[in-house]
Amino acid sequence: MKKLIPLVLPMAAMLLLSACEPGADDDGPAAYASRYQPLTSTPTILQGATVLTGTGERLDNADVVMSDGKIVAVGAGLDAGDMTVVDASGMWITPGVIDVHSHLGAYPSPSVTAHSDGNEATDPNTSQVWVEHSVWPQDPGFVTALAGGVTSLQILPGSANLFGGRGVTLKNVPGRNVMDMKFPGAPYGLKMACGENPKRVYGSKGRSPSTRMGNVAGYRSAWIEADDYRKKKDGAGEGKGEPPKRDLKLETLAGVLDGEILVHNHCYRADEMSVMFEIAKEFDYKITAFHHAVEAYKIADLLRENDTCAAIWADWYGFKMEAFDGIRENAAILDREDACTVMHSDSDMGIQRLHQESAKVIGAAARVGIDIPPERAIRWISSNAAKALGIGDVVGTLEAGKMADVTVWDGNPFSVYTKAQKVYIDGALAYDINDASVNPVTDFTLGTSAQHGGAQ
Amino acid sequence: MKSLIRLTSALLVLVAGTSAAQTTAITGATVHTVGPDGTLENATIIIDGGRITDVGTNVSIPADAQRIDATGKIITPGLFSPLGSLGLSEVGAVAGTNDSTQRGDDFAASFDVSDAFNPRSILIAISRIDGITRAGITPRAGRSGDDGSSHVLSGLGSVVHLGDSPEHFVKHGAVVVANFGETGSGVAGGSRATAVQVLRAALDDAVDYQRNKGAYDRGDWRDYSVSGNDLDALQSVLDRSAAMLFNVNRASDISVVLSVAEEYNIRAIVAGGSEAWMVADHLAAAGVPVILDGINNLPGNFDRINARLDSASILIGAGVEVSFGASAQTSNARLLTQSAGIAVANGLTWDQALEAITLAPARIYGVDATVGSIESGKEADLIIWSADPLELTSYPDQVYIQGAAISMESRQTLLRDRYLQTDSELPPAFRN
Repeated sequence: MKKLIPLVLPMAAMLLLSACEPGADDDGPAAYASRYQPLTSTPTILQGATVLTGTGERLDNADVVMSDGKIVAVGAGLDAGDMTVVDASGMWITPGVIDVHSHLGAYPSPSVTAHSDGNEATDPNTSQVWVEHSVWPQDPGFVTALAGGVTSLQILPGSANLFGGRGVTLKNVPGRNVMDMKFPGAPYGLKMACGENPKRVYGSKGRSPSTRMGNVAGYRSAWIEADDYRKKKDGAGEGKGEPPKRDLKLETLAGVLDGEILVHNHCYRADEMSVMFEIAKEFDYKITAFHHAVEAYKIADLLRENDTCAAIWADWYGFKMEAFDGIRENAAILDREDACTVMHSDSDMGIQRLHQESAKVIGAAARVGIDIPPERAIRWISSNAAKALGIGDVVGTLEAGKMADVTVWDGNPFSVYTKAQKVYIDGALAYDINDASVNPVTDFTLGTSAQHGGAQ
Repeated sequence: MKSLIRLTSALLVLVAGTSAAQTTAITGATVHTVGPDGTLENATIIIDGGRITDVGTNVSIPADAQRIDATGKIITPGLFSPLGSLGLSEVGAVAGTNDSTQRGDDFAASFDVSDAFNPRSILIAISRIDGITRAGITPRAGRSGDDGSSHVLSGLGSVVHLGDSPEHFVKHGAVVVANFGETGSGVAGGSRATAVQVLRAALDDAVDYQRNKGAYDRGDWRDYSVSGNDLDALQSVLDRSAAMLFNVNRASDISVVLSVAEEYNIRAIVAGGSEAWMVADHLAAAGVPVILDGINNLPGNFDRINARLDSASILIGAGVEVSFGASAQTSNARLLTQSAGIAVANGLTWDQALEAITLAPARIYGVDATVGSIESGKEADLIIWSADPLELTSYPDQVYIQGAAISMESRQTLLRDRYLQTDSELPPAFRN
């Protein structure tokens, strides 16, 4: 049923792929590498819709043309040729939604203890673990997320540890194993965590860190080790000394120092994010995104200057002290200050409705006279999210040459009444609200209401 | 930017002088009464003494009334959050601020959270400026493995208003909360069958106690499975002045709820209700309402394996009373409108959805004679909206509780206004 579509990736992404995948040889893909194959697609034109391109533009009565898994053209009155024609009049078309913070597969439904695979809470530094080795592709949450228009998502380890391990970016096409779902060429993430969680988890075990200053000492010690490892490795490459024994933990951290692995840092408070910037300065690495940054609005200028995204919820606040100052205008203030704003879910419920989370911000902003048009807000769950995952060159906007990850909505996606009608991933129809035969059903949900579309 | 903030403030000043004691006329709005009058265009609402004294399109306005021009606006009844810990919790992870769960076995049905209610809670200000005017405050079960209460009955729930008048309790002890399913099993000894047995034992004891109270008080009677306080609390369930609110999701467990309710002739409420749609006809026949967690459509555990987003539509279609709420949503009780909007996207009519967050919970708690709709004689809980209240891009311009325009300020609006001043030369602490 599936055919292999040659993946044309920008050179930068290919280099990342080869740099990060161990065990490559001439006989096939490297160990752990993506084995994602797009579903079968035919050249398709979506006609006559309101199109939010993800670049900040809105086109009315426009067409979107997809072929060979790529966006070919976006504009008014495009030639249909002999393509499959989809009447999208009255519909809105956006880039497929991207969630930068999910635990699907690692904390799947049902959330029984036997499924609790997101936190290797046995040491404050578990940079050696890769969350992809916890991902259960039969999590029903992938399918409900798809019904919410989500086409790509980053799965992250939990936040018990200072260094939680590697995150992985997936295409939302359920496969038999995680390799079938890995986003081709996407860089790995490193999950780091500030604040209450690490100090609570390890402080309660009578070990470090038990304070925020203990947290910071923990990060710095680890980076010193990683820097040393990297220097020895680089030196050996230049013929100076023996290479160090391979160390999974330090390999991940060195990958950050080499700029190949992106730092995704769970961090709520503005003062702590500011300190994390100092650590990044000391060890010369980049923080790609702060996650759960409920106080990001207090340091919008710092985030902009450091080119660091703030991935946030719309309205979660108050469930713990470091979330006490959460406000719904967080994204509105960040966006107004031109800081990279991303709406994330951290939730199998929220991921189904990232468009609605964005709508809450639009409403809160309107309350104080800030107008955020739909073409601007959509960036929070498309192009800005793609940027935060290091895949912005290949996905996240409706521009010619990008992957044809496209969501068709039955109205303005920021209306509570709007639902995704069709979701295309690499130009192939992966979900259709009106045709259950198209839609994936995980093994787990066979025989339940979800099999018949009830959950959606 | 600052000028826009001032504009908003000006609107507040316009109405902030309204007090419950003064006659007020709100004119010109589209009023969704959720009552027999349905939706009225260009209507007038008269408020006097905290109550609605008239509503309609041909209403005479008393000469001394303060007039509020709401032309082009939308007015709905105040929203009613039926479950949760508003006023009982400040910060979820800070134990000392949480009063909806207890340890120990001295109090089960009689554990009364009302004594812990704090009307000055930060969460209440945050919730009410988004339209929540009434709330059910309900005790929560201890989680299995914790040293929390081990009884399936976790105590009395009450109804409060979130306004400024001092008597906050609209209905004290409106429900006794019971936990079935996985939660009940966890607290009762490892089987959901035990949870049912424990509940039956308590109800049997309460019936026996009713007949033999004198002997029991003299010490001439057998021991009971729960304390005298609990037996007293259960009398209100047996005489149907209070309902028993069951936290329950699995269809088979809901069927057991219906059997128990019939056997003891008690009023039951299903809360959670992920699989309630599978027994919708039975619920309708028994007149048992459902407080639905309207957003939760995944099989989070094996009690919710058949959860679905169109539950509300199926249940209401079968004739079941439905409202929306989840005890986990205390800090975000304001998500009621999102649940209602999603239900509309999944088959409910707009009017049904509005009723499910206003009049339906009032009926479920038995306070619909005084709140829940915009009708002459009811307390004046009203929201003036600038646009469709179920849209997440909408927000209240002004909320009235018991006829008084409440302050539209919360700790969150104060933070917002401080940090909106991004062009300020002053450090944030000095932007006052």
